[in-house]
Formats: sequence, C-alpha cells, structure tokens
Amino acid sequence: MARLNVNPTRMELKKLKARLSTAVRGHKLLKDKSDEMVRRFTEIIKENKRLREEVEKELALTLKQFSIARSVTPAYRAETAFSMPSLLVKLDCSTESVMGIDVPKVELIKEQRADGLPYAYAEITSEADYSVGMVSALLPKMVMLAKTEKAVRMLADEIERNKRRVNALEYVMIPQLEETIKYIKDKLDENERAAVVRLMKVKSKA
Amino acid sequence: MTGKMAIVGDGDSIMVFKAAGVAAFPAENEKKARETLRKIAKEYQIIFLTEEFARPLSEFLKRFDEEPYPVILSIPSATGSSGYGMEILKSAMERALGVDILFNRE
Repeated sequence: MARLNVNPTRMELKKLKARLSTAVRGHKLLKDKSDEMVRRFTEIIKENKRLREEVEKELALTLKQFSIARSVTPAYRAETAFSMPSLLVKLDCSTESVMGIDVPKVELIKEQRADGLPYAYAEITSEADYSVGMVSALLPKMVMLAKTEKAVRMLADEIERNKRRVNALEYVMIPQLEETIKYIKDKLDENERAAVVRLMKVKSKA
Repeated sequence: MTGKMAIVGDGDSIMVFKAAGVAAFPAENEKKARETLRKIAKEYQIIFLTEEFARPLSEFLKRFDEEPYPVILSIPSATGSSGYGMEILKSAMERALGVDILFNRE
C-alpha cells in the first residue's frame, strides 16, 4: 500500500492521527448503517415478493376475464364504453425516510361512484362489469407493490453505494493512513537516535 | 400532495384500467412507449408499464430510480407474465446482498 506523500514532521503526524481516528469512527458508523439497511432490505424484499406474486396472479385472472368480456361485446361498443373519460383515481403522495433515503409513500384516495363503473349497465355485458370491478379491487394492491418495489430498488442502490464507501475506508484509506503514520514515526525516531549519537560523538572528542 | 396514476401499454391490456380510472396511454412499440414515458413522467406519480416494454427499456427506466417519484412498475400484460418482475427483484437482491434469500428453492 502506497503511503501518502507528506513531510515527516510532528505537525503532519498529529494531523494524520486525527484523520485516522475520524476514518475509523466513520468506518464503524457506515458499517452499522450497512447492517441495518440490509436488515430492512430483507424485510421489504420479502414483502415485495409476496405482493408481486399476488398481483401477477390476480392481474392475469382479471385480464383473462376482460378478454372474455371483449370477445362477447362488439368491438366498437367496447371501445365507446371503456374509453369514456371516467373519474380518475387519485393518489395521496408523500415520502417517508428509510435509513435516510426518501422512498415514496402512496395512498389511494377512494372516490367511489355509486356503481363504480364508468358506463351504463345497458351498454355492456356483465363480464365487463366484473373485470372492471376486479381491477378496481386490485388497484390498492398494485399501488402497494409499486411503492415497495421502488423502495427495494432505491435501497439496493444505496446499499451498494454504502458498501463501496465502507470498503474504500477499510481497504484503502485506513491502511494508507496507518502506513504513513508508521513511516513518520520511524523517521522521527531515526532523527532522534542520530541526534543522540551526534551528541555522544561531540562529547567524546571534547 | 395528490397524484395521478397512468398506464402505458398496448391497447388490449390497458383498456380495462382506463375503465377503472387510470389514465391510459397506448403505445405500439418501444420507441413510442419511451416517448410517452418521458412526456408523462412529471405529471403522473405512479406509472404502470407492461412487461414487453419494461424489458427493452430497463436501461432507460434506471434513471427513475434516483428520485422517489415517479414510480414505474412493470406489470404483466394480456399475454401473461414473463417473470420480468421477479427478475428485477432478483437482480436488486443480488446487488444489495450478494446472496439469494428468496428464490433458493429453485
């Protein structure tokens, strides 16, 4: 490991010792942070997996149901019934902090119409009603999934970044500082011994 | 803050979402999907994207991971799930932990 390019003086030694103690403390803190993030991450990713499995299963069912509905309705009527600008689902968005990372926090705002459907019953078959109802019921879960999945991705990025920092401190910064401190100490000791020897020589000649 | 939801995908998969109150943006191909996303990313907080577009656009979608919003979620389309959602989970897990804690049964 290369040592830093500094003058071997007591001033530098003092400075480097301060830096070393900061680096060691920082390393410990970051390592603790990393441990806690990993713990949170495992919790969230398990939740995420469960939600994704559920959503994928239910969505597949819903879409199947919907394709049946489409097949029993003339295309133009399905088109007009479904592309009616119905009320838009609203979300309540904010952020929450997980280990200092801002992750999204979303709630669905319920604004149900009486029948929950954007078209008249006469227009279309009951299969369609059913599938639209299913999607509406599925939406809260999908919002949850969106939220957790984003958190997982952001947390994964942060864990990776944090790991780099920990490793940089542990394997580069700290060894470098230690080596430089040792070098300066050796040099100073050597100077001292030289001074002693010189003194002794001068004294013995006199 | 109130937000809105949108879905980007091919016509058949998104129609039912439109009926349920999600703004729908049809896209025929990747290029169109990418343009649409770019346009609506500021306006909508949650955007669902069908898997056949999410897969080729995964590089493009990475840039949205820096900020909490918008949240872009890939969902299986009418043709069924291709397992892309699980792949994302798996890659995130491998990056963060280096070990497989979810799928070790396979």
